[in-house]
Amino acid sequence: MSDRTRSAITLHANGDARALTVDNRRTLLDALRDDLGLTGAKKGCDHGQCGACTVLVNGRRVVSCLTLAAAADGSEVTTVEGLAGADRLSPLQEAFVRLDGLQCGFCTPGQLCSATAVLAEHAAGWPSAATRPDRPYAPGRPTPALDAAEIRERMSGNLCRCGAYPQIVRAVLEAARDTAAEHAHTPETGAADLEESHA
Amino acid sequence: MKIPAPQHSGAVGVARPRLEAPDKVAGKARYAADAAVPGSAFGYVVTAPVARGRVRHIDSEAVRGMPGVVGVLDHRNAPRLNPEAGNFFGPDGSLRLLQDDAIPYAGRPVALVVAETFEQARTAAAALRIDYATATHDTGFAADHPSARPASTAFGPDAEIGDVEAELAASAVIVDERYRTPEQHGAAMEPHSATAWWEDGRLQVLDCNQGPFTMAMTLAVLLRLDPAQVRIRAEHVGGGFGSKSMLGPHLVLAAMATTVLDRPVRVTLTRAQVFQTVAMRPATEQRLRIGADTDGRLRALHHEAAFAGSPIAEYVENCPEPSKVLYAAPAIRTRLTTVPLDILPPYSVRGPGLTPGSFALESAMDEVAERLGMDPVDVRLRNEPAAGPVTGLPFRGRNLAACLHEGARRFAWHTRDHRPRRRREGGLLIGTGMAATCFSTGALPSSATITAETDGTYTVAIGASDIGTGARTALTAIAADALDVGPERIRLRIADSDLGLAWAAGGSRGTTSWAWAITMAAAELRAAAPATRPFTVSADTSEAFAALPYAERHAYSAVFTQVAVDPATGEIRVRRLLGVFAVGRIVNPLLARSQAVGGLITGLSTALHEDGTRDRVTGRNANPDFAGYHIAAHADVPGIEAHFVPDHDPDDPSGIKGIGEIGTVGTAAAIANAVWHATGTRQRTLPLRLDRVLEPGRTEGDLPVR
Ligand code: FES
Ligand code: FES
Repeated sequence: MSDRTRSAITLHANGDARALTVDNRRTLLDALRDDLGLTGAKKGCDHGQCGACTVLVNGRRVVSCLTLAAAADGSEVTTVEGLAGADRLSPLQEAFVRLDGLQCGFCTPGQLCSATAVLAEHAAGWPSAATRPDRPYAPGRPTPALDAAEIRERMSGNLCRCGAYPQIVRAVLEAARDTAAEHAHTPETGAADLEESHA
Repeated sequence: MKIPAPQHSGAVGVARPRLEAPDKVAGKARYAADAAVPGSAFGYVVTAPVARGRVRHIDSEAVRGMPGVVGVLDHRNAPRLNPEAGNFFGPDGSLRLLQDDAIPYAGRPVALVVAETFEQARTAAAALRIDYATATHDTGFAADHPSARPASTAFGPDAEIGDVEAELAASAVIVDERYRTPEQHGAAMEPHSATAWWEDGRLQVLDCNQGPFTMAMTLAVLLRLDPAQVRIRAEHVGGGFGSKSMLGPHLVLAAMATTVLDRPVRVTLTRAQVFQTVAMRPATEQRLRIGADTDGRLRALHHEAAFAGSPIAEYVENCPEPSKVLYAAPAIRTRLTTVPLDILPPYSVRGPGLTPGSFALESAMDEVAERLGMDPVDVRLRNEPAAGPVTGLPFRGRNLAACLHEGARRFAWHTRDHRPRRRREGGLLIGTGMAATCFSTGALPSSATITAETDGTYTVAIGASDIGTGARTALTAIAADALDVGPERIRLRIADSDLGLAWAAGGSRGTTSWAWAITMAAAELRAAAPATRPFTVSADTSEAFAALPYAERHAYSAVFTQVAVDPATGEIRVRRLLGVFAVGRIVNPLLARSQAVGGLITGLSTALHEDGTRDRVTGRNANPDFAGYHIAAHADVPGIEAHFVPDHDPDDPSGIKGIGEIGTVGTAAAIANAVWHATGTRQRTLPLRLDRVLEPGRTEGDLPVR
C-alpha cells in the first residue's frame, strides 16, 4: 500500500511478477537485492560509476543504483539470475567460465548483463565511438561484426579491478560469434583479434 | 617431520576453470553483503570532515527519534577497545574507533547510526549534527619534511655495502634523479561489508577479508575476547589487493554495534568511505643514484625512499627492496624514511613497496642504459648477481635472466632502435620500454585438517580465503595430488576462522602457505594408512617453517610494452603489454595467467590513471570515487600477454611461489620508459598524466622528430 513515503509497485523480475511496497528512496538495486533476494546485482559504488549493478530494464541496460525502484514499476527486469536458460547457462555465461572472464566475480553480474545488452545493441545496428568509418552501420547493409575494439568501447562502463578485461572481451567475442553463427552470419573477425600480431 | 614427495595424480599443472565460476556467473555466489541475516539492522558510518581536531558535541538525541533509528554509537557509549590491538607492524590506532573525541585524520569514523533499513540509517546519519573543534593539520608530504624519521626495520635494516661515494666518483656515468608516486588505493570492486551478531556466547561475523583467521585473532584482542569466542567467515570476497588484509572499520563498528544493541548489525561502507577509511598505499618520494662503468657494470646503487605515514600506526612501504635484490654492485646503500602526517595510516596495496620502488629503480636503470647508449636489457643481464647482493645468501630459483631473454625474444626487442623520438604514425609518437622486477616469496605458518571420509572422498579444511586469486581451485588440485586422488574427490572448506591457524591472502604468500599445510597433512594421512574411516589428521607448518634455511626467495618478471603518445593532447595509449614471469611451479595455468594479466593491468592503471589526491586546505581525499580516482577500464587495456618460464622453489614441497603481486610491480617503469622512448622526455612522477606529457603549442602536423 502506498502513502507519502512508500509506493506499491510490481516488478516483473526474471519473468516473475513480484508485488512489493518500497520506500520511495529505494533504488532498483536495493529493491532487487534486499526485497526480492536477487543479490546477483552488486553495489560497487551506488553512483553510476562502476557498472556492477547493471541489469536489463525492458531489454535495455541500466545502472540499477541510479534507478529508483518506484520508477521501474511495471517493468521487465532481467538480472544475472535470469540470464541462464532453464537447464543451462547462456553462451555468454559459459564463455566466461571456460575462458576465465572473472576473478573475484564481483563485477561479473554487471559485465554479463552489460555484454548481453551489447550483443543486442549491436544486432540492432547501434554504432559506437569505436565503429570504424569504413564499416558503417547503415540500413540495408549487413551489420559489421563486433571486434575487440568495439567490445572494449561498449563495455567501458563496467569496471573490473581484478583486471579480467582481456578474458571478458574474448568471452564476449566468442559469444558474439556463436550468436552470429545462429543467425547464419559469418563474422569477419573473432577472438584472433586479441592475439595481436606484432611482427 | 620429513615430507615425502607427493605422488602427483596430475591435477597440478592442468588448466581448469575456477570451481566457483558457475555460481559466480549465475549470481548465486554469496558475498558479505548478500546474505540475509534475520533481524539485521543497518549501520551507516559517519566520518569526520576535519583532518585534525576533536568532536565537541554530537547531537545524537535529535536523531534517535527519527523513523526506524535503533541506536547511535559514538565515543560516549561505544564499548572500550584494547589499545594493544594492531596489525603486522604493531598497535594500530585506526582500529580504536569511537574511543575518544580526538580526530587524527579526515574521514575518521566518529559515529555509527543504526536503523531498521539502509535508507533510514542514511537519512538519520545525514541529519546527525556534530560540532568539531578544528586544529591545524599537516597533510603535505615531502621527503624533507621536518617530521621525517627513519622507518621501522620490520623488513630488515638499511643496506650499507661498500663505499658508495668512492664508487660513484670512479663511475663513467652517473644517474641521480628523484621519482614521485601518489597515494594509490586498492579499490576492490566490493565495498567493505560486515554483518555481526552474538549467538550462544560467540561473536559471529560475515565479512569480506583476506584472512579470516588473522582477522578473528585481531578482533579478539581488540574486543578483549577469548579467541574461541570469535568466528569470522568470508566465503566469497570481491577483491582485496591489500585493502582487506587488516581489520576494517566496517567490521570494528559492526562488532561494537551488535554488542551494544543486541541484534545483528550490518555495516557496509559507501564507495567514498572505502577511499576515506580503508588504508591506501602512501605517497612516496625517492632518490636514485646509480654509477656505472662504460660496459654497463654497476659500481654504486643508492636508493633513498620516503613515504607518508601516520603517528598512530607503524607501516613500512619497503621501496628499496628491489635495489637489495636485483643487481650486483660493489657499493649498495638504501635508506628508508617515513613522514608522519595527519592522514589515515597507510597499509599494503598490491605489490607493497616494490610497486613504487621498482618504478624508481627501473626508470633509473633505463637512464643508465640511455647514458651508456646500451640496450636496457643488456644492462640488466650484465649485473646478474651470483648471491644476494646485500645478504650474500644463496638465491632459491633465480630466473630473471630467463624472463629477460624470453620477453625480448617474444617482443622482437632486438629490432629496437634504442634512440628516443624516432618513430611516428601520423600525429603519434611510438616507443617501447621494459623493466625487470622481483617480489619476495615464501610461506608462513598455517595448519590444515584432512578427513578421509567413508565414501572415499576427502574433506580438506584450511583457513584460506579466495579473494579472486583462484585459491579454492588451486588448493583442490594440490590436495588431489598430495592424496593421489582425482580432484573430484576433494571437498575443500575454506574462509572460516574456525578452521585454525592460517596465513592470509597477502604478501604473495597465501597459496604457498596453505598448500604447504595441505601437503603436510596429506603426507601424514597417507603415512597413517588408516584402516577405518572417517579418519582425521591435522598438520601445522610452524616447525617446518622455522627450520627453513635462510635464502633469497623471490619471484621475477620482465615487462615489455609499446605505447603511442599524442603530444598534442598528452594521451598515452598502451598498445602492447607483455610480461614474462618466473613464479615457481604453476598450479593452474588458466587461473595463473589471469592473475598475472590482472597484475599487469593494475600496473598499467598505476602508470596512467591512479592519482590519490589530498586537498591541502581540508586534508581530505579530493577524489574519493571512480569519477575522480580513475582505474583502467576496458578501453584502456589492449590484449595482454603473460608467459611463464620454468621455475620452482626447491625448499617448497609444491615448488610454488606467488603470483599475486609481481604482475603489478615493474609495469609502471616499463610504460614510463616507453614514453621516454617515444617522446625523448623522462617522466619521473606517476601517474603519467596528460598535463605532464602534453607538449604545449603542439598541433597535428607540427611534430618534429629529432
Ligand atoms: S553500483 Fe551502480 S554503477 Fe556502481
Ligand atoms: S572479477 Fe573482480 S572486479 Fe572483476
